Amino acid sequence: MKRFLLAVLFFAVLTALWEWAFRAKIWSPVLLPAPQQVAEYLKTSATDGTLLQATVITMRRLLIGYVIGLIGGLPLGLLTARWELFHDTVGTLALGLQTLPSVCWVPLALLWFGQTEAAMLFVVVMGTLWSVVIATDTGVRHVPPIYRRAALTMGSKRLHIWLKVILPAALPFIVSGMKQGWAFAWRSLMAAEIFVTILTGFGLGQLLHYGRELSAMDQVIGIMLVIVVIGLLADKILFSPVERFLHRRWGTNP
Amino acid sequence: MRFGHKTGSVTEELALVSPSKLAIDKVSKSFHSRAGTVLALDRVSLNVAEAEFVCIVGASGCGKSTLLNIIAGLEKPDSGTVLADGRPVTAPGRERLVMFQEPALFPWLDVLGNVLFPLKLKPNLTKKDRRDVAKYYLELVELTRFERANIHELSGGMKQRVALARALAPNPRVLLMDEPFAALDALTREQLYGDLQRIWKSRRKTIVFVTHNVREAVCLGDRVLLFSPHPGRVQEEFIIELPRPRDLNSVELATYASRITHALKSGAQSEAATAK
Repeated sequence: MKRFLLAVLFFAVLTALWEWAFRAKIWSPVLLPAPQQVAEYLKTSATDGTLLQATVITMRRLLIGYVIGLIGGLPLGLLTARWELFHDTVGTLALGLQTLPSVCWVPLALLWFGQTEAAMLFVVVMGTLWSVVIATDTGVRHVPPIYRRAALTMGSKRLHIWLKVILPAALPFIVSGMKQGWAFAWRSLMAAEIFVTILTGFGLGQLLHYGRELSAMDQVIGIMLVIVVIGLLADKILFSPVERFLHRRWGTNP
Repeated sequence: MRFGHKTGSVTEELALVSPSKLAIDKVSKSFHSRAGTVLALDRVSLNVAEAEFVCIVGASGCGKSTLLNIIAGLEKPDSGTVLADGRPVTAPGRERLVMFQEPALFPWLDVLGNVLFPLKLKPNLTKKDRRDVAKYYLELVELTRFERANIHELSGGMKQRVALARALAPNPRVLLMDEPFAALDALTREQLYGDLQRIWKSRRKTIVFVTHNVREAVCLGDRVLLFSPHPGRVQEEFIIELPRPRDLNSVELATYASRITHALKSGAQSEAATAK
């Protein structure tokens, strides 16, 4: 409770500083609106539904792309960990493409898919896939060989070993890879939405973009706040419980 | 096996005494590395009777662990045969379970989950049977209170006791133990010698126990085989005729141990002499 109050206090002070900067007129009010104005923008866009709609569209793109990336990345990672041939080929490709900032996929996606949802999905999938492949591969390679040997003597065989021993043993690595994949997907989607105006739906990135076009700083800051909050929530709701479980089971320090 | 009579099948499962006999015939194995070829095992022959407790003692690197892995089916010999119950060993299987020096417990499962792991691989057991069997063995190693504990919360000795329960749970004919207590402190070890003898007697297992600790071997084994290194061979065999349960600190046990230690040292000396 004390920690929570301190956190609240911290953000209150931050807002107060912002308010002070606005009143001191250090920057023009066009560039730095008051916290009040941003709050009002958020209130109106929340009541007229634009904010919710944009959030739903963005989250749908993100989730679909992320799940596709996971479904593709996990088996690919297992393949690269199991067979050297895959490691040398697909593994090297994954390593190379993972270092590519995912924004760099946007021009290619646009030329290939045009102004469509597919372009968005493609960018998100590319952001997710390679991190998951590499994390799964690393995780499997770090499984102590003794687990496999112990399972073998207990009568465990091929598929059973992979599902019941190797995969759970690699879980801490895989989860951190999933988390990284999520972060990459989120960043690449925002970049794509800012650059690509498509008519199939306005996401948060597009709202941000039009905020800039209209010099509506309250909108820009408001949407940025929403994006930050979504990122925080995803971390707290999606990954924190899993990570807490892993730390408790494995006895590692959080 | 009758169905619909669960308690009956559990008693049956627990009462089933399945002796086995191992016949190891002229097994050789060499390892190749950049430093050259090492003959780890040189035509080793050995027979283990049903419900016998055999200890293999030798300096580290004498090939005793390799022999154990070959009996387990985890490694293949270059030549020679291993028969378990008259059938050649080609792959690892749950009728010959291995206990390693590390507990090799699975950290993603709790204590009960670890003991259940081999039971889930055993057909013809209902969920309740498995739980009952697992709990029976946890009680045998006196860890019932810790069945919901995570592995990292256990001490070294408790981990090895869970590993023992996990190895015993699927009721293997043969238990292969590769220095399972080497990493434990003396006090815990002594307690586990008592546990192991008690369990061996009540469950009538065939045990092959590899160690470099001579007193441990004398305390546990019906027979102690002395291995000599480079190449790994059975140098000498000692029958231990001491009543059980044996006290690690008794004079009789120490007498046996000093005889074997003496033989071990003379073997090492003669090897050093030939090397020169």
